Amino acid sequence: MQREMIEARKPPVLSVGFIGWCREKLFATPTNSLVTVAILYGLFSLIPSFIQWAFVDATWAGASSSECSSEGACWAFISSRLDQFIYGFYPQELSWRVDLFFIQLAAVLAWLMIPVLPGKKYSLAYGLIVMPVTSWIILAGGLLGLEPVDTHDWGGLMVTLVLAMYGMLASLPIGVLLALGRRSEMPVVKTFCTVYIELWRGVPLITVLFMASVMLPLFVPEEIVFDKLVRAMIGIVMFQSAYMAEVVRGGLQAIPKGQQEASDSLGMGYWQSMCLVVLPQAIRLVIPGIVNTFIALFKDTSLVLVIGLFDLLSIVQAGLNDPAWLGTSTEGYLFVGFVFWIFCFGMSRYSQSLENNRQEH
Amino acid sequence: MLKALVKLTLPALLVASGGLQANEDGSTLETVKEKGFLSCGVNTGLPGFASPDDKGKWSGMDVDVCRGVAAAVLGNADKVKYIPLTAKERFTALQSGEIDVLSRNTTWTLTRDASLGLNFAGVAYYDGQGFMVSKDLGVTSAKQLDGAAVCIQSGTTTELNLADYFRTNGMKYQPVVFDTSDGTAKGFDSGRCDVLTSDQSQLYALRLRLSKPDKAVVLPEVISKEPLGPLVRQGDDQWFNIVKWSLSAMINAEELKVTSANIDKMKSSTNPSIKRLLGIEGPKGKGMGLNDDWSYQVIKQVGNYGEIFENNVGEGSPLKIERGLNALWSDGGILYAPPFR
Amino acid sequence: MLLRLWRDPAWRAVFFQVLLIALVFLGGAWIVNNTLTNLESRGISTGFDFLSQTAGFGINQTLIEYDESFSFMHTFVVGLLNTLLVSSLGVLFATVLGFLMGVARLSSNWLLAKIAAVYIEIFRNIPLLLQIFFWYFAVLGVLPSPRQSISLFDSVFLNVRGVFFPAPVLDSGGMVAFWAFLAAVVIVGVIVLLNRRQRKNTGRPLPWIKTISLAVLLGLPTLSFWLTNGSLHWDFPALKGFNFRGGVGLLPELVALWFALTIYTAAFIAEVVRSGIESVSKGQKEAAAALGLRPGRVMNLVVIPQAMRVIIPPLTNQYLNLIKNSSLATAIGYPDLVNVFAGTTLNQTGQAIEVIAMTMAVYLTISLTVSLLMNMYNRWVALVER
Repeated sequence: MQREMIEARKPPVLSVGFIGWCREKLFATPTNSLVTVAILYGLFSLIPSFIQWAFVDATWAGASSSECSSEGACWAFISSRLDQFIYGFYPQELSWRVDLFFIQLAAVLAWLMIPVLPGKKYSLAYGLIVMPVTSWIILAGGLLGLEPVDTHDWGGLMVTLVLAMYGMLASLPIGVLLALGRRSEMPVVKTFCTVYIELWRGVPLITVLFMASVMLPLFVPEEIVFDKLVRAMIGIVMFQSAYMAEVVRGGLQAIPKGQQEASDSLGMGYWQSMCLVVLPQAIRLVIPGIVNTFIALFKDTSLVLVIGLFDLLSIVQAGLNDPAWLGTSTEGYLFVGFVFWIFCFGMSRYSQSLENNRQEH
Repeated sequence: MLKALVKLTLPALLVASGGLQANEDGSTLETVKEKGFLSCGVNTGLPGFASPDDKGKWSGMDVDVCRGVAAAVLGNADKVKYIPLTAKERFTALQSGEIDVLSRNTTWTLTRDASLGLNFAGVAYYDGQGFMVSKDLGVTSAKQLDGAAVCIQSGTTTELNLADYFRTNGMKYQPVVFDTSDGTAKGFDSGRCDVLTSDQSQLYALRLRLSKPDKAVVLPEVISKEPLGPLVRQGDDQWFNIVKWSLSAMINAEELKVTSANIDKMKSSTNPSIKRLLGIEGPKGKGMGLNDDWSYQVIKQVGNYGEIFENNVGEGSPLKIERGLNALWSDGGILYAPPFR
Repeated sequence: MLLRLWRDPAWRAVFFQVLLIALVFLGGAWIVNNTLTNLESRGISTGFDFLSQTAGFGINQTLIEYDESFSFMHTFVVGLLNTLLVSSLGVLFATVLGFLMGVARLSSNWLLAKIAAVYIEIFRNIPLLLQIFFWYFAVLGVLPSPRQSISLFDSVFLNVRGVFFPAPVLDSGGMVAFWAFLAAVVIVGVIVLLNRRQRKNTGRPLPWIKTISLAVLLGLPTLSFWLTNGSLHWDFPALKGFNFRGGVGLLPELVALWFALTIYTAAFIAEVVRSGIESVSKGQKEAAAALGLRPGRVMNLVVIPQAMRVIIPPLTNQYLNLIKNSSLATAIGYPDLVNVFAGTTLNQTGQAIEVIAMTMAVYLTISLTVSLLMNMYNRWVALVER
């Protein structure tokens, strides 16, 4: 008589390990196998030739495209102009100031984003209030014995980051106010905020930038002159705050009414209950949404090209017109694409990890 | 809680005010003297007229007009802030007061005088619209261009002249529009269009941007008049005069053979015209709110018209444009400046 | 007294609203006043008179009749139609590509799912403007000149000036066939409706439904074509002089913009589709599978209809984004509304305020109309729910 359990037989070799995984994930059905083979064929014909072009045959340094090999990529275009792509026309001997700005921005962001670091409140306050001021002083100069540098000399990655940073910092508070206004019980406030939000969300950023660059000067008395960079910033903020408002509104809607009622019953006023009870919860809820808006804003900064500002894309585009570097447009665009991609992909991963963390709790 | 509100909006306000510059109410001259430099709108990059080198130093005909005005007003030709403008932005920038002078190869037309609120302070370069084609096409005259794709810069008089020319000659064309002159050159180079049309001076400049400059020819036809000159806002006659006469000083200097090199020697000249030009005799600078040696400074620091022309677009430059219409009236051209009297 | 009023929330609300109205009014008045003063002191003309003036410049792609002697108002219409053309092409193809990629992202085939994920992560994280430039300058800009065109069977030509296809040309008989085809489409529509009613009432479809529809669809045009002794010939593009003439040509600007818009937006649509499909509970799929439905039918009959309710609202947003993003055309010179009207016309007339306001109004109208239509559709879909 069989007294012991019959030991489970090992699964067939073909359904476990690498082979099993392949069978299940790649060759489950005839169609599936066909698709897999087609994709593999495509990859094997594309990737090696791309690596050959981008790395093996590439030229990494040189003074013009005639020095590049015709087989491979001409990265010399990037390496010889890298300084210009990062600092624009910023005076070379002062470029340490731009570096300082980069470091400050990176430090504040790291402080905010790495969960274990303490003192988030202070870093937030620093980022929202102090950083815009110090950044402007560092970059524009004119104060504290720093030599003034005109915004016309700014360019490259630095302008992209300046626009993104100020756009973000200004559109967040304005967006919060608009979101509160749109949910307000006062009809006038509500109408005003709704119209503002829908108006800017309904038009393309490019027309807003045109408006800021062509019409804004007509709207203010002759004595006030904004420079071009500030005009672009105003346009971006007006536009982005409408999107930010909708994100924040989503968060506000998700907060149960009981929260508001509870704070009311404690005798809190509107602003007290909003700032101390509702908003902190709502904003924490929509941080991924805010990060996504920020990604969109970051990509949108490239549109300032159409009003003649030299952001990263625009300065590379201008470099491509140089007769010495004809035929390097693929390399130029790949470089810009890569830089933007690193920033945006990093941020979207961060926002996803936040979302996942929340779901685990 | 209002405090929190203020805290939130303050940075935004600070940012905005950082970029604000208050213009004192009053004449352009006072403003320029006060800020200590001249804001001059120029092309974003057109060799021979206005282009920055890799260190950001500007040079060209249009740039030298700015330098002349700065020399007259501030006594220093280097006190100029160059503001590169696209064709679209140029008039708004001047209207809004962002710049003091617009010196950006701009054609003098009735509309621009009448409905934009601007004044042309003279002609710095007599130009005309022409065509550039690839040598391979074997085209010798613009009349053979029926059905061609034409690269043009948007927002220019060129666009309108082109349409007129093809219409009156009963020909068809396909416009291919770009925002910048660089863009048109790039389009022409890649074969997007058969013909590049622009002011002739620009064609020579743009030809240098091609991968094979000697493969392109400029056709003989000139289809329009394009007097290019500096502009100022209407309503400030003093400033208008300053720009006008800075330009005239350069032209008169060439006529009187006064150059930046020999000007100090010429100071002791007995020729009354030269004495008046240099402000030693005759009308003084005060009438325009300038120093008496204003014209001396212009010629000394920037040069006479002939020098400017040769250095930037003529024999001394890669463009090698002939004087043609831009020769003095006494040399068979039409360059004619009012006298210093 | 005042303090007591201040403490009363109702009164305070009134106060704030009056304050806001006053602020908005004063701010508006300040801006209008500044603008008028500025316009007057700078001698800039105002008003919409310019719309009837002759435009005087050419446009290289016009869907309606247009030449240089037409008015500025016509440039507005030409630009608007070009915007609508590239937007609808973009919406159509982005939807198809987006759905394919979204479904592929969830495929059981590991390789396919990864490829779709890589596609999504790359293209939605790179600025659209850069993608447009890439297609226009780096891909289409290096194609050969018209004389060295890449040709397919000597009828389709590809060169730096665009893509050229043969176009069908119909004579009078052909036109009849064309109308017959339209009539056939209507008839088939009626048949389908009848069929649907029949199935709802009796649970059985009409017999031979597919065959009949196909017969009508093919037979009617063929018959009328044959009866009227019509003829159809193809207009082939050919190199005449400088350029290709005849056939249908697509400008490289249009192609670049269309590709970039499609690929960029499809990456977002794929994510929308993925989250829509994931929102359908697993039990639904399992139940359908237990009923013996094949995987394809599970997808088509069970998953997609339920996912659509989740997909539609964000999908609308993506469509609107695409339409607004089509304004980037101006960067490569595709003659859309922003390029032609807010670009060239603005330059030639100098009337920034009127031109920008008209342009913004167009986009605003499109946005509001589309979201209105989508809201109606949404309500319609929601009603189906029991």
